[in-house]
Amino acid sequence: MSATIDYLLHLADNAVVLGQRDAEWCGHGPILEEDLALANVSLDLIGQARLLYQRAAELKGDGTTEDQLAYFRDSQAFRNYTLLELPHHGALVGYAVADRDYAATIVRNFLYSALMVHVWDALQTSADSTLAGIAAKSLKEATYHLHHSRDWLVRMGDGTDESHARAQAAVNHLLPYTEEFWTVSPAEAAAVEAGVGVDVRSLRGAWDALVNDALAEATLTRPQVRGYVPQGKVGLHSEHLGFLLAEMQSLARAHPDGCW
Amino acid sequence: MYTQSFNVPDQAGQKTVAVTPSTEDAELMARFDARIDADGRIEPQDWMPEAYRKTLVRQISQHAHSEIVGMLPEGNWISRAPSLKRKAILIAKVQDEGGHGLYLYSAAETLGTSRDQLLEGLHSGKAKYSSIFNYPTLNWADVGAIGWLVDGAAIMNQIPLCRCSYGPYSRAMVRVCKEESFHQRQGYEALLVMMKGTQAQRDMVQDAVNRLWWKCLAMFGPPDADSPNSAQGMRWGIKRISNDDLRQKFVDATVPQAKVLGITLPDPDLKWNEARQHYDYGQIDWQEFWDTVEGNGPCNKERLATRVKAHNDGQWVRDAAQAYARKQQERAMKEAA
Amino acid sequence: MNTTALKEWPLWEIFVRSKQGLEHKHCGSLHAADASQALHMARDVYTRRQEGVSIWVVPSAAITASNPDEKGEFFDPAADKIYRHPTFYEIPDEVGHM
Repeated sequence: MSATIDYLLHLADNAVVLGQRDAEWCGHGPILEEDLALANVSLDLIGQARLLYQRAAELKGDGTTEDQLAYFRDSQAFRNYTLLELPHHGALVGYAVADRDYAATIVRNFLYSALMVHVWDALQTSADSTLAGIAAKSLKEATYHLHHSRDWLVRMGDGTDESHARAQAAVNHLLPYTEEFWTVSPAEAAAVEAGVGVDVRSLRGAWDALVNDALAEATLTRPQVRGYVPQGKVGLHSEHLGFLLAEMQSLARAHPDGCW
Repeated sequence: MYTQSFNVPDQAGQKTVAVTPSTEDAELMARFDARIDADGRIEPQDWMPEAYRKTLVRQISQHAHSEIVGMLPEGNWISRAPSLKRKAILIAKVQDEGGHGLYLYSAAETLGTSRDQLLEGLHSGKAKYSSIFNYPTLNWADVGAIGWLVDGAAIMNQIPLCRCSYGPYSRAMVRVCKEESFHQRQGYEALLVMMKGTQAQRDMVQDAVNRLWWKCLAMFGPPDADSPNSAQGMRWGIKRISNDDLRQKFVDATVPQAKVLGITLPDPDLKWNEARQHYDYGQIDWQEFWDTVEGNGPCNKERLATRVKAHNDGQWVRDAAQAYARKQQERAMKEAA
Repeated sequence: MNTTALKEWPLWEIFVRSKQGLEHKHCGSLHAADASQALHMARDVYTRRQEGVSIWVVPSAAITASNPDEKGEFFDPAADKIYRHPTFYEIPDEVGHM
């Protein structure tokens, strides 16, 4: 049971953190049409997070709610990929500020949705039938997110000199964070063991093919990746998640007895 | 959402220039007037007097600008929404405002002005937008109060516009109004839930209403006596109900809703007038309204600069898509050759 | 490569089929750099509330419209062809529905 809960939290935290990040563009998008498109991505992700938290809360069975899981856990308890918590710009420390870069947004959404189309596809046969149902719904959404981000990746890479440079910089910055995809956390191992989760290592070939194909079409190069492998999914995050959660959770925590 | 008196002149000192019509114009004008009088619709390719076209472009673009500037005060709370459900509702709502802006820009474009030109008007500070968005959203209840009061006021204004004389505008308004009813209801419901919560939550609601109430009344625009463009707008069927009548309608509808909610509207002069069968209300601060419309409200500069920055920062993204589209076209042509 | 400021994205007209069996209906327009992008943006702009099962996008510039000045010669000649309508013909009641 706890293996399933931990695994659900990993999936839910991924969705809520990226949903939170993508929603930062609302009202600031590069063109009105795209503002609406990205808000749809955010809405899908927050919808996924809610269903996953609800299932986790149900399994906990102690009266926990989706919002307690999203708003009253600290950053060390969050199990999302580090990739998803990074701000929409290049490498900077947690308390630095910089303009949002749409290339970072697009590249991140692409790298993540290229993984999730395979994860959700596999989870349609999860031993947890609720999760299997969520996976079937989320697969359609992730497929659309992949399409959206891949389209833009190609347009940026094969667009102007500036867009090419920005897209390449974003790929160079973000791709190393995907190494975390291929390590297996204890929670994942237990979920795989229970027939609830998917062994991500089995998805690497398919993910590589998607990424290489898109990068080639976008005339971008895939950088060599070496060194530190991020560990967000075991609770060891970057400096950025603390700020993201401080903002996201502030109101709920200021009024713990409030109802919304 | 939102609209105020869209008969506010874009630039101070702007005046209508009278042009002497030629005989041919007079004939076309007569046909145009006849169609308006018969409550018919004008479509983009139809002949229309230049002043009608200009007034429409101004009104529709002010309306569109209001929608997209209006994304910002509520967008301010997306990252801090206190529950995932409210976060999703708020994103969907702010996204809708963007959609409404888009429908309206499209309607204005049918009059021969491009979106770039319309945005240029906003970004340069020449074009106006609804004054209500130049106030800060200081606590979470502002989000609910905007839905209830600001969208409520907007609906009052927009429903009559579904019957306006210009086809593309009226069709855009039909779509907008359909989506808008969700906005007001979600806002009111959010406040109802907060009123059943803690004292701190009830205080938030009252605080938000105190700050917003008078701005909402002003949103309907100057009193009829001071609205020089109103009569022409009425004549042309692009304004259907006068500012004061709409304002009264709004007050009458809102007072009972406030009672159910359990908050006080901040107007000691607000009381039922048996003879008029309407609520009387106090004096609106028109000086503040005009200060804000003219760019000197608390948030005008932040709102405008944020729109300009988003547009400028997005230039390379728009350029990329266009450059790519061109390359694709060239490749296709080469292949065909 | 041309990286100077380009003109704005072209305008597209959007047609949505609300459900299988119905025709595509014009619902508005939007800006997009190319057709595939226009299609995706139409999905996000015009079908947020399950308004559609199919979308067409057409470059606005590709539409040729009838001229309002020719409305008379275009459409009025159909007005007196009342024999084209079923109600023009009287059929005895005992024949029933026809």
